[in-house]
Amino acid sequence: MERKTKVDAEKGRHDLIVTREFDLPLDLLFKAYTEPELIEQWMGTKVLKLDNKKDGGWHFQTSYDGKVVFEANGAYHEFIPEQKIIRTLEMHNAPFGVTLEFLDFEKLTDDTSKLTMHVVYRSAAHRDENLKLPFSYGINMAHDQLEKVVSKLKQK
Amino acid sequence: MGIRRDVFQAIADPTRRAIITLVAMQAMTPGAIAENFNSSRQTISKHIQILTECELLKQEQTGREIYYHINAKKMKEVADFIEPFRNMWDDRFNKLEDVMKKFKPKK
Repeated sequence: MERKTKVDAEKGRHDLIVTREFDLPLDLLFKAYTEPELIEQWMGTKVLKLDNKKDGGWHFQTSYDGKVVFEANGAYHEFIPEQKIIRTLEMHNAPFGVTLEFLDFEKLTDDTSKLTMHVVYRSAAHRDENLKLPFSYGINMAHDQLEKVVSKLKQK
Repeated sequence: MGIRRDVFQAIADPTRRAIITLVAMQAMTPGAIAENFNSSRQTISKHIQILTECELLKQEQTGREIYYHINAKKMKEVADFIEPFRNMWDDRFNKLEDVMKKFKPKK
């Protein structure tokens, strides 16, 4: 089951759309976004705050070895169960600023559902910074891998 | 040196990224490239060699001079930021699906 997740990011635009179809009924898909214990499992982050309502706030934080490695927070602007979430998001120390996210949850069949995530950035440049993030991570990984290989060679 | 052909390693270096940016604007001789840096010509020539081995740069002989051009095809491959981004979300959503499938029986 490859290519279930699609990213539509047209060049020069300040937004992007991520869509995904799930082998999950709509209520379970929505639950994954509203229960702190579940978010902690699939996002791998600690949920410090999660007010599931309009005007509510949310705050996630991930620590590793006592250091904060990921932190993000924002506010809900709309919260309609099993339909729609509109929220802002700011990832701390990230180069792409505050984003506005429109999450649409749709029922496909009794057992399948679809999520459409429309993310709006301040500018096209900000959006591209976010797109590059996992890419640079890939570079670092390649770099680490290389260092491992080289250090092994040195041992010989 | 198979490792050298890793494109990601090639562009992880700031000097090499600067060389790519320069050559992207116009084809240049090794000497002209080196003039833009404080490093020695040998150092820059080593960077150029790595970029050529990675196929990010192409050599072309014009008269007595060698000119370096950008290899657009290879650069496009590297510049495709969307695929790693898509993979990140795909992994994340796969996890969500797994977590929620296990959650099901408890309902």
